[in-house]
Amino acid sequence: MLKEILSFYIDGFRSMKTGRKLWAIIFIKLFIMFAILKVYFFPNYLNTNFSNDEERAEHVIENITQLPQNKNQRRL
Amino acid sequence: MVEQIDLTQVNWARAQFALTAMYHWIFVPLTLGLSFLVAFFESIYVRTGDEDWKRLTKFWMTLFGINFAIGIATGIILEFQFGTNWSNYSWMVGDIFGAPLAIEGIFAFFLEATFFAVMFFGWNRVSKGFHLFSTWMVAVGSNLSAVWILVANGWMQFPTGMAFNPDTARFEMQNITEVIFSPVAISKFCHATSSGFQLAALFVVGISSWFLLKGRHQLMAKRSIIVASVFGLLASAYVGFTGDEAAYSVAQKQPMKLAAMEGLFVGQKNAPLVAAGLINSAKTPGDRQDAFIAEVKIPGLLSLLANREFGSFVPGVDDLVYGNKEENIVGAQERMEKGKIAIDLLRTYKEASKNGDTKIAEAALKAFNDYKDDMGYGYLSSPEQAMPPVGLTFYAFHIMVILGTIFPLLFLLFLYFNFKGNIQYQQWLLYLGILCVPLGYIAQQAGWVVAEVGRQPWAIQGLLPVTVANSNLTTGTVQTTFFVFLGLFTLLMIAEISIMVKQIQTGPEGE
Repeated sequence: MLKEILSFYIDGFRSMKTGRKLWAIIFIKLFIMFAILKVYFFPNYLNTNFSNDEERAEHVIENITQLPQNKNQRRL
Repeated sequence: MVEQIDLTQVNWARAQFALTAMYHWIFVPLTLGLSFLVAFFESIYVRTGDEDWKRLTKFWMTLFGINFAIGIATGIILEFQFGTNWSNYSWMVGDIFGAPLAIEGIFAFFLEATFFAVMFFGWNRVSKGFHLFSTWMVAVGSNLSAVWILVANGWMQFPTGMAFNPDTARFEMQNITEVIFSPVAISKFCHATSSGFQLAALFVVGISSWFLLKGRHQLMAKRSIIVASVFGLLASAYVGFTGDEAAYSVAQKQPMKLAAMEGLFVGQKNAPLVAAGLINSAKTPGDRQDAFIAEVKIPGLLSLLANREFGSFVPGVDDLVYGNKEENIVGAQERMEKGKIAIDLLRTYKEASKNGDTKIAEAALKAFNDYKDDMGYGYLSSPEQAMPPVGLTFYAFHIMVILGTIFPLLFLLFLYFNFKGNIQYQQWLLYLGILCVPLGYIAQQAGWVVAEVGRQPWAIQGLLPVTVANSNLTTGTVQTTFFVFLGLFTLLMIAEISIMVKQIQTGPEGE
């Protein structure tokens, strides 16, 4: 049964024409997304800067209890 | 040009999110609709046993596969952005969105790994019936996997079934049924998917028109046009019905968005619907200027569509910004005052809790609960900030509606000439069919512009404005990733179009 399923996928991939190019694009895209963009450009802000949920909650509360003018000052 | 744009970090984060979402939505609607069309084509093949229908099915299935492959995972980039650019928002809604989005991911993975594989690899390996079943499952599954993200979006437009926890700063799910079956979520799902069906029908009609103009694959083109036009007509009727439902729920739950969609500044009874118009860009809330330079109005229709009642009152931007005592409308101005009290009370509660002052904490929390529904307004600096960009919302809405009205007429014409047997000689119609493919995409994008620009300034309607939802990042960081995405998406778009065009030029196999 497992062998049949495996051969189904292997034969399917082997017989692809346009599909090979598409799979290449998918893999390149996933590599760029997860190995480059996610790692170097899109770290999770709260996970990176705070070590536990309590600190994260504290930070968010601090942010949302500031009025807009204070928030802008903090950024500047 | 760049100097004229507001280059703050929030706006770059908005631009980045809009770019990614719009790019993602190029692929999604075609996947939603084309999957069903392919299932219809294959059903006819299985019923008739006619090999031409099989070739036709395989051709459209290949185009479906190309679109699916290029579009796959582009939505995940949105989730990256939530964690990086919109961390406050992401934290606050984690409890609501976490489960639905995880379900979507798992659901999509199993769907793609099983039925998708049978659909593409199984033509000579499984029975006709099981292959057809797999194709239908891909169509149904693709559409169902859109449920969760649209439920999440619906919740942002109309937050329900949750409670704010002041200790964790999170909106916590209280009633999943209310979240899933909220009227906004349902109308959003139905309208978005049915518009995808319409786009797919336009896509098939447009490419078939090209074949007819070239004098190639005429039988396939004519058959495709018949099925796609019938599907497109039914989808158009459904789009109209769900669009009416969506507009009604906007009127009831997001009246400011409706006012922007219609360019209505001063609310009125028996309000007219603006069928087309030129917005006065100098118009500001509360001034005496006309909202339009020129407009075509249909008397009383907006009241009927918004409230299902002729002569009823439809609030305008001014009523919602400054309030209207006569109509019992509390304006943003008053809500801002309550919102600022809510923010102060939340801060007091947190400080008192930290200092162990239980009495003050309890009193602050009790008072906070009375004001919390207006908390979002407390972040606004002026009541006018509660108004979305009216021009952009108005034009996007009218472009969407006008195009959505033209498309069924196109399907009718295609059916008429197809049954007359001389469609291949109607060059004007065939060119129009090709032109309507990009117009279909424009209508799709315009729809999302209405949905997302129209709900500004809110990330979560009334509770969290986008300026508070974002992370404390520098503008340069977000600018860099914006241009990285722009480059990446441009490359992927070129890849998609070139592969798609090549496949279309090759045509169905075996002819």
